[in-house]
Amino acid sequence: MADQLIVLDQVSHVFSTRSGQTRAVDDVSLVLEPGKVLCLVGESGSGKTTTARIAAGLTKPTDGAVRFHGADIHQLTGDKFTEFRRAVQYIHQDPYASLNPVRDVFSTLATPLRRHGLVRGREQARQRAVELLSEVDLTPPENFLAKFPHQLSGGQRQRVAVARALTLNPRLIIADEATSMLDVSIRISLLNVLQRLRDDLGVAFLFITHDLALAKYFGWQGTTAVMHQGRIVESGPTPQVINEPVHEYTKALLAAIPVPDPDLARHRVARA
Amino acid sequence: MRSKAGFAGFIVFVLMVLIAVIGPLFTPQLVTDVTAVYLPPSGAHWLGTDSEGRDILVQMINGGRPVILVGVLAGAISTLIAIVFGSLGAYLGGWVDSVIVSVTDIVLTVPQIILLAVLASLYTLDSPWLLAVILGAFAWPYLLRSVRAQVFSLKEREYVEAAQLLDLGTPHILFREILPNMASFIMMNFVVTMTNAIYALVGLYFLGLAPIVDDNWGAMLNKAWTRGAIFFSDSLFYVLAPIIAISILQLSLVTMTRSFEEILNPRLRQS
Amino acid sequence: MEPILSVRDLVVEYRTAAGPVRAVRGVSFDLYPHESLALIGESGCGKTTLGLALLRLLPKLGSVSSGEVRYRRRDGEVVDLLKLSREELRRFRWSEAAMVFQGSMNSLNPLLRVRDQMRDTVRAHRRMPADELGRLVEDVLRKVQLDPERVLPAYPHELSGGMKQRVLIAMSLLLDPQILVLDEPTTALDIRTQRAIVDVLHELRAQLGFAMIFVSHDLPLAAELADRVATMYAGRIIELGGVRDLFYQPRHPYTVGLLGAVPSVVGDLSELASIPGGPPSLLALPSGCPFQPRCGYAEADCEAAEPDLATVGAGHTAACHHRDRVTYTRKPATAGPASDEKVASGG
Repeated sequence: MADQLIVLDQVSHVFSTRSGQTRAVDDVSLVLEPGKVLCLVGESGSGKTTTARIAAGLTKPTDGAVRFHGADIHQLTGDKFTEFRRAVQYIHQDPYASLNPVRDVFSTLATPLRRHGLVRGREQARQRAVELLSEVDLTPPENFLAKFPHQLSGGQRQRVAVARALTLNPRLIIADEATSMLDVSIRISLLNVLQRLRDDLGVAFLFITHDLALAKYFGWQGTTAVMHQGRIVESGPTPQVINEPVHEYTKALLAAIPVPDPDLARHRVARA
Repeated sequence: MRSKAGFAGFIVFVLMVLIAVIGPLFTPQLVTDVTAVYLPPSGAHWLGTDSEGRDILVQMINGGRPVILVGVLAGAISTLIAIVFGSLGAYLGGWVDSVIVSVTDIVLTVPQIILLAVLASLYTLDSPWLLAVILGAFAWPYLLRSVRAQVFSLKEREYVEAAQLLDLGTPHILFREILPNMASFIMMNFVVTMTNAIYALVGLYFLGLAPIVDDNWGAMLNKAWTRGAIFFSDSLFYVLAPIIAISILQLSLVTMTRSFEEILNPRLRQS
Repeated sequence: MEPILSVRDLVVEYRTAAGPVRAVRGVSFDLYPHESLALIGESGCGKTTLGLALLRLLPKLGSVSSGEVRYRRRDGEVVDLLKLSREELRRFRWSEAAMVFQGSMNSLNPLLRVRDQMRDTVRAHRRMPADELGRLVEDVLRKVQLDPERVLPAYPHELSGGMKQRVLIAMSLLLDPQILVLDEPTTALDIRTQRAIVDVLHELRAQLGFAMIFVSHDLPLAAELADRVATMYAGRIIELGGVRDLFYQPRHPYTVGLLGAVPSVVGDLSELASIPGGPPSLLALPSGCPFQPRCGYAEADCEAAEPDLATVGAGHTAACHHRDRVTYTRKPATAGPASDEKVASGG
C-alpha cells in the first residue's frame, strides 16, 4: 500500500447524452507508483483524458474509487483532502488557455506559494519563483517574472504551467497531452524537463498522449497502458508494449504510425 | 493611448466632474430678481436668467454635483450587487444560483416608474443617498445577468481549473482570477448603469417625483417645463443648458469606455 | 521532363497592425508531373501561406508582392497564375488544380447533403447531364474508399472526421486536376484514420497520376508520402531534395535538428534533442541567416549575409554557408525489437 500513490480501482465513468449513455471509461484499474512513469496511450474518444481527470480528482467517476494512500479521495475532507490536492497536480494540453491572461508569471507562481504558507513575504516568494523557473529551464528566471502569458511562446507557457504545478511540491504530475500543441522541435525539450523532475525530485508522472512514439521516449523505463473505447486493452513495461505488442489494437496502432524513415515507410506500404 | 475618442471622452468627463465638484465653491450667491426674468444671454448673464431672474450659468455650475453624485453612487451600488451575486450564482450553481436568478427575475418585472411614483408619494426622496439606493436597486438585474453569463463562460477556462487544482479557494478564484478578466466589462457596465441612473434621476425631477431641494439640472428642467419656459424663445437656454450638459456628460462617459479595453487588457498593452 | 508548376522568387505579404509582414520571402521550386512534394516546417515558417498563394487563395490581408507561378496546362500552354483574370482563375481552380484546406473537417457546408455539395462543385465548372454527374460522383467516392450509398445522402455532421476528409479529397478530384494541394491533410485525425488517408492518397496517385503538394509539420508523413521534400524556415525554403536525401543526408542544420527531435516507434531508443530557442518573429528577423541564433554551426559570416539555396548533391540544395560541415548520422533503421542502448546522433 505504501508503494502506491494513486490507485484507480475499477473506475468507470458514464456520460449521459441525448442519444443515450456513453461509457467513456469502462472498468479501468491503474496503479501509480512513486517516482515512476505511466503512459496512457489512446486515440480520441478512448477515454484517456477522462481517466486522467478522474485520477486528478477533477471528475468523480460514476463507479469505482480513486484511492490516495488507500483512502477514497472523494470522501476526504479538510486537511486530508488538502494533502491529496497538493500531492497530485495537472498540466493541461493548451498552453494558451492554462495561464490566467491578466496575471504575470510572478503572480501565477507566488499565489499558490503564499496561499499555502510555503513562503513568507514578497522576497521569499520571489526567490522561490526564481528557483522554480530555473527548474523548468526558463533562464534567466528574473527576466520572466514580469512577463504576461501573451508575451511568451507556447513552449515557455507550458514550462510556466509546469513550474506552477511544482509550487506545492507534488508527488504526482498528470500531463494531459502536454506537448501536442507545441512545435515538434521543442516537444522534446519539455519532455526533458519533465524527465529531470522525475530524476531529481522523484515526481511520478501519468503521461497522456495519442503519440506512441512520445510514450516510448518518455516512458521507456516505466509502464505503458493502451486504451481503446474506455478500456485498457494492453498494459506493461513500455519496451514490451512497443516491441512485442499482444493485443490486436496495439498492433494496429503501431502499424499505423508513420515512421520518419522513407525506406522503412515504403517497405511498410509495399507490404500492406 | 490609441483611442483618441476614448481619451477625449475621458478628458471631458474629468473636466465636468471638476467643474461640478469645485465650481460651486467659487460661484456667487444666486440673487432672485423679478425684474430680470427670462433675460437672453448677455455680458452680465452669459446664459441668461430663469423665471426668478437668477443666473443660469451659476445654476449650471451648481447643478451638476447632485446629478453626478447620485449617478456615481447608484452605478456603484448596482454594479457591486450585480458583481457579487452574479458571479457567486454562476460559480456556485445549485440552489444558490436558482435563488439569485429568481430574485433577479422578480425585480426585473417590477414596473419601475410606478414603483417610483408610489415611493415618492410615501416618502420624501430628498437625500442623494436615498435616491442612489433606489435607482441602484432597479439597475442591477440586467447587469447581474450579464455578469453571470460571463462568469459561466470564464469558469470553464483551464486557468480556473488550474486554480482549483492548486486549492486557491472559491473567494480567491472568483475575485482574483475570474473577475479581473472581466475588468473592462465591469467598467463598461458601471458606466452604462451610471448613465441610466442619471437619466432616471433627471426624469424623476422632471416628473416631480423627487422633491426639488437645490438647483440641479433635473430641477432646472422641471421648472422650465412647469413654468412654461419652453414657450419663450428668450428663455431657450434655460431649457437647453441642462439638456446639453447632460448630453455631453453622457457622451463623454460612453466614449470613455472605448479606452477601457485598452487600459485593462494586458494583451493590448505594448509589450 | 518539363515541370508542371514553376515558382520563382515568390514573395507574399500580410498587412498587419504593425506594418507589412513578409510571410514568404522569395521561394522558388519546380513541381514535376506525377510527383509528390512535401513542404515541411513549423508554425510561422510560411508553408500554409505558400500553399494558399499557389492557387491565389490568400485571405484579404495577404497579397503576392512579387514573383511568378508558372503553370503548364494540359494543352502545353504555360501561364502565370498570378496574372490570370478572375474568370480564368475560376476555371483554373478545381479543373486544373484543386486544394484541400487545413481543418477540412469544417469546410463542408453543414446544411447541405454531401451529394448536393459535390454536384454543386461540378456544376459550377462543367455542364454535365445528371446521370453522368451522378456516376462521376459515385466513382470518385469509391476511389477514396467510401461507400457512395452511405455517404451521398448524409449531412457532414453524420460523418466521422476521417470520412469528411476523404469526401473533401474526393471533391477535389472531381474534375481530374493535374495538381492537388493539401494543407495538413492528416492533422487532427486519429492515428489509424491518418494511416487510411495516407493509403488512400497513395492509391489515388497511382491511379490518377496527379502531382501533389502537401503542407505539413509532420516529418514522418513526408517520409511516407513525398517524393521530394522542402523544409521551410522563416518564410524561405532552406533545404530541398529527394526524400531519401533529406532524411538520410540532410545538409541544413535546421533539417538535422528537426530529424533529431522526432521520436520514432520503430528502432532503438534514440537520444533526442530539441532545437534551442524558438522560431523568429517575422517582424524582427535576425540579421543574415534567420536560423543563425539557434544554430550550432553558426559563425560570423552567418550573421553577415543570408545564404541562398546551393547545390549539395544531385537535385539536392541547401541554404547554409556551412553546408559542407553539416553532418548527420542516420539512425539504424531496424523494424525489429529495440534495445535499451541509446544511440547518439550527430557528428
